[in-house]
Amino acid sequence: MTLLPVPDLIAPMQRAQIVADLRALVPGEGVVDDARSMRVFESDGLTAYAQMPLVVVLPETVDQVSAVLAYCHRNGVKVVPRGSGTSLSGGALPLGDAVLLVMSRFNRILEVDHANRVVVAQPGVTNLGITQAVQDQGFYYAPDPSSQIACSIGGNVAENSGGVHCLKYGLTANNVLGVELVLIDGTVLRLGGKHLEAGGLDLLGVVTGSEGLLGVVTEVTVRILRKPATARAVMWGFPTSESAGDCVARIIGAGIIPGGMEIMDRPAIHAAEAFVQVGYPLDVEALLIVELDGPEVEVNELLDRCRAIAGHAGAVSERVSTSEAERMAIWAGRKAAFPAVGRISPDYYCMDGTIPRKALSRVLSGIRDLSDKHGLRVANVFHAGDGNLHPLILYDANQPGQLDAAEAFGADILRLCVAVGGVLTGEHGVGIEKRDLMPEMFEKVDLDQQVRLKCAFDEEHLLNPGKVYPQLCRCAELGRMHVHHGQLPFAHLPRF
Amino acid sequence: MLTFRPETEAQLVEAVQAAIAERRRLEILGLGSKRAIGRPVQADAVLDLSGLKGILAYDPAELVLTARAGTPLSEIEAAMGEARQHFAFEPFRPAALLGSADQTLGGLVAAGLAGPRRIQAGSVRDHVLGFSGVSGRGEAFKAGGKVVKNVTGFDLSKLMAGSWGTLAALSEITLKALPRPETEQTLAVSGLSEAEGGAFLAAAMGSAADVTGAAMAGGQALVRLEGIAPSVAYRAGLIRALTGGEVTVHDAAASAATWAAIRDGAAFADRPGVVWRVSCAPSAGPGLVAALRGEMPVEAVYDWQAGLVWLRLDAPHAELLRTHLARAGGGHATLIRADAPTRRATPCFQPQDPALAALTQRVRAAFDPLGLFNPGRMD
Repeated sequence: MTLLPVPDLIAPMQRAQIVADLRALVPGEGVVDDARSMRVFESDGLTAYAQMPLVVVLPETVDQVSAVLAYCHRNGVKVVPRGSGTSLSGGALPLGDAVLLVMSRFNRILEVDHANRVVVAQPGVTNLGITQAVQDQGFYYAPDPSSQIACSIGGNVAENSGGVHCLKYGLTANNVLGVELVLIDGTVLRLGGKHLEAGGLDLLGVVTGSEGLLGVVTEVTVRILRKPATARAVMWGFPTSESAGDCVARIIGAGIIPGGMEIMDRPAIHAAEAFVQVGYPLDVEALLIVELDGPEVEVNELLDRCRAIAGHAGAVSERVSTSEAERMAIWAGRKAAFPAVGRISPDYYCMDGTIPRKALSRVLSGIRDLSDKHGLRVANVFHAGDGNLHPLILYDANQPGQLDAAEAFGADILRLCVAVGGVLTGEHGVGIEKRDLMPEMFEKVDLDQQVRLKCAFDEEHLLNPGKVYPQLCRCAELGRMHVHHGQLPFAHLPRF
Repeated sequence: MLTFRPETEAQLVEAVQAAIAERRRLEILGLGSKRAIGRPVQADAVLDLSGLKGILAYDPAELVLTARAGTPLSEIEAAMGEARQHFAFEPFRPAALLGSADQTLGGLVAAGLAGPRRIQAGSVRDHVLGFSGVSGRGEAFKAGGKVVKNVTGFDLSKLMAGSWGTLAALSEITLKALPRPETEQTLAVSGLSEAEGGAFLAAAMGSAADVTGAAMAGGQALVRLEGIAPSVAYRAGLIRALTGGEVTVHDAAASAATWAAIRDGAAFADRPGVVWRVSCAPSAGPGLVAALRGEMPVEAVYDWQAGLVWLRLDAPHAELLRTHLARAGGGHATLIRADAPTRRATPCFQPQDPALAALTQRVRAAFDPLGLFNPGRMD
């Protein structure tokens, strides 16, 4: 397991003082310090890891957030921000010596602006809550992580969350226009707004996906889109994962960007079909689901083109939705893939690498070999359009050694993703889970440069320490430069 | 002036290290096409990246292109054109306003200026996937990746887009390449006031027509539709139903010319005076221009549903412009065309409040602690 940072020793007296000080800043029920009430916060979506926080604070106003952060900054107290706690990478995992700053009371939609097609929301509003606020007018918020019923928009900003539609409609970063951000010293900033581009350096772009390391978001402005008039889904069975991947490449090569494109491998197909019984073909190695959305005339035309392509790519079965119910049925198995796998195994561990799509068959066969090596089964679901692979490793946490084996298997899969030119995480974030794998993808000089950015926001490393970056050098050390004055060691350099 | 012209990343590292050792501040140049935007740089040497060129990897089915920073856009677009792909953010071309024919990929990313399709497809920053570069510490580093979906570590790629060369000297950049629409059509509506035109564009953008261009120029409101022909025809019907005004249709070729002109601010190419590019909430655009007209002669072209206003003024009037912009709900104004003395005397980029300015300075120092790269450019 990834080693959690060793908590600084905080004496009981000192903790009592911190709690009392925080109570003065956030009155009422906003400070929670008894073990029983704090228990619900000990994990996020990465449940293999659990740790009790020092104290939980639930602020209600921006002034309170600012005051709490300024207090922690002055007194050298660490802070872990948390939205709904659905992170799959341990981004919101509490630390024993850190205040857990829970943003769930920031739960109001502040403005729906149809003329500019934006919603201004507090960060604790759920992802789906934004769509629900505008759907009666025919609009929706595009990024749709599978936790969208529960996950908060502030958490989405922290994690740059994606979903099955992000090849066509983008990740969170592509749909957020502005935030209000509180820095660790309590400074309140606005980045962007209703206008399409923030001026100056794109700090909004780098705050999005910063996993709670740069600041705490207290307001979010997102763009909303008109709901497509029609959506139709089609699924094809393929004799090999290679031919399914080839079909995806041909569809994109033909200039078509579908709203969704998903591949499931044989174990995932079987688990899903056993769970939801919607008629998935069981005699194929790969299932490709494609959804097209837009005006009916466009959807029908592109569907015909995709069907011809799938035929040439060697599809052995086909089912096209002719009704909304049938479209939902085609998706039901894919959307239930995680719980379906949960039915056939006591526990599962979900990985999240991205690969160049052309490496799919190489990676899947590599995963099969690793499955033998680690002695654990695996099912694969794949956001095929953008190359984002979710292997689900099956294990039993009650069997000694299996969690460690699952983690080692997962790490090997991510090394394989990086080796074929991919990345460690497509949408779940690094968090605590993949922190120690960062050197697989980045050299020390690359990581140092990222940490220097962290230093520009949070010099004392008080915000979400121990997440994302393996070890944080002191900022003063990282900032040091060795300049040799008055020497000219570059005589051979082309100069004009 | 002394010029470094590296042709490899190793030479680029050496050039920056030499500049550090010799305490030379550097003006980073590609083809110099946008050199006349922003504050004139106070440099002791030129770092010319135009020798660092060539497409390194392009696989259309992966939607990813990697090229050296000095590669001319024309070369990249020729390669993408063969695969019927393009940069969906529709990069601004400085030719009409500033007179230069081509630009480099690095310059395009550093400026971060997107065109009309920004309202539907996003900006430059939304399409930069990763990069390699050399920091002001003289260290080669990389960030991001070469796949279309990636959240591993801080997204430094977005920070590079629009940084005007003040953070790092880019050596290699990976961007998303997307399919080009099969056809396009533009509907031009005449006889609307600017306020009515703004309301019409808002209705068009809020419709199911999937609009990829929404502008007002030459007394007309313009709506662009792209995609496969039957879909474009159907969606044109949706747009027509939104207006009682007189509608003319620009076919594909005419439509392309119309939007190239809007993209580049070409209406002001042969007109004297200064040109601003103002970003505001779309609903605020016409009101902002009306307020300015009460103070001075103004010519305006609206893009992005009036969320981007190209302004031609006789003189900068920076303070007045920004006062009205703040009253209109905020945004930012960038001086795109003015002579060097004017640019020296004018804050060309939107001034920031003190806390944001302080953070910006700390971020800049995190990449370039000595203030080596393009000093003064964004000030």
